[in-house]
Amino acid sequence: MSELSVKNLHVFRGERYLLKGLGFEVRAGCCLQVVGSNGSGKTTLLRILAGLLEPESLELSWRGERIQPRNPEYHASLSYLGHDPALKSDFTAAENIAFHVGIRRHITSQDVRAALNRVGAEKFSDRPVRMLSAGQRRRVALAALWLTGSHLWLLDEPATNLDSAGQGLVASLIQDQLARSGLVLAATHQNLGLSGGQLSTLEIGTRGVSA
Amino acid sequence: MSNVRTSAVAAVWLVLQRDLRLAFRRPAQLVQPLAFFAVVTLLFPLGYTPELGKLRAIAPGVLWVGALLASMLALESLFREDAADGTLEQFVVSGQPLVGLMAAKTLAHWLLTGLPLTLMAPVLGIALGVPVAAMPGILFSLMLGSLTLSLIGAVGAGLTLGVRRGGVLLSLLTLPLAVPVLVFGARATELAIVGESLMGPLYLLGALAVLGVTLAPLAAAAAVRIGLE
Repeated sequence: MSELSVKNLHVFRGERYLLKGLGFEVRAGCCLQVVGSNGSGKTTLLRILAGLLEPESLELSWRGERIQPRNPEYHASLSYLGHDPALKSDFTAAENIAFHVGIRRHITSQDVRAALNRVGAEKFSDRPVRMLSAGQRRRVALAALWLTGSHLWLLDEPATNLDSAGQGLVASLIQDQLARSGLVLAATHQNLGLSGGQLSTLEIGTRGVSA
Repeated sequence: MSNVRTSAVAAVWLVLQRDLRLAFRRPAQLVQPLAFFAVVTLLFPLGYTPELGKLRAIAPGVLWVGALLASMLALESLFREDAADGTLEQFVVSGQPLVGLMAAKTLAHWLLTGLPLTLMAPVLGIALGVPVAAMPGILFSLMLGSLTLSLIGAVGAGLTLGVRRGGVLLSLLTLPLAVPVLVFGARATELAIVGESLMGPLYLLGALAVLGVTLAPLAAAAAVRIGLE
């Protein structure tokens, strides 16, 4: 059964449709890869599903129930990874993770360390984020995502600024998430290395929508 | 991994704690409004007259205008950084009540600017010839007034999130709303200096503070949601 279903998604930008009548479904343990050219509305789609943007119309079902995207229960079960990694430059990587995951669920310092190890960030976990490179910051943000353990991941270009090892890391984190029967929506052009049953592709574009 | 959700109260506490710790990593930013308040107040004996009798007459206005402008100075940074680095987005999708998180941020702002300004005011009052007997009244009225100013400011800061260089707009938005606080606060201070009962204006300041506590976090949360779109 599909856990997340989107129907009749319409978004206007100025005078034209950005997304017109978009609809799709995602099953547990599956990843939907959103592709499309720059400006085709990938970020907009993910921000709408995260409840950050109000679309012109949307029928959203989550686990069989019609909900509003601003439902707190729905928010509690999703993680959104946007362009900005939401890290405080004066805090260390570990402090940032402890805060961001901490406002969602109880964690211990061992959990934080485990997450930093998982993304290969153990060497710079005690350095202020100010001193980290963009790729290192992205790894810290991925550690927070992984540790939060949400059921639904909304990832906007998760592999930005990452080296090739880091891109492999993104793919393996997504595989972890699917293995615990989570859902992933990822706007990325990267090959995620998933088998056919787990992966579907949604192409959105300015010349109309095909799914 | 255990999967126990953080309660709303614990999340609010975490945000408050984080904002305070973050502020103490950058002491320069913390001292700025306080130094501004001190300088503005202490310029009056130099620029107007060193005669304490005359200074005492203008002391309420000087103290309140100084405190108002100083607290405004720190307002712009209230949400700006969190908006720029994506933290506010994470607050919205955290599943925790945004109203509570905004209230925590506002409280942190008051603890870091309003409260120190309040504690400084009696000391600066001495330079303006304010009698020691008036100190408790000044402390109490400024405490209530500065809390209201922080709350009004939070709504303004939320509304100007989407505006680039919103500093001027922020002052234009919040200063008219701050006028009642200024009027009753200065009146309470005046009464405290001449040694009369200041309960009348103090009650009104209290009423404004209660109104602010009830409505401002709701308005700030709604403003932030719009600002992020």
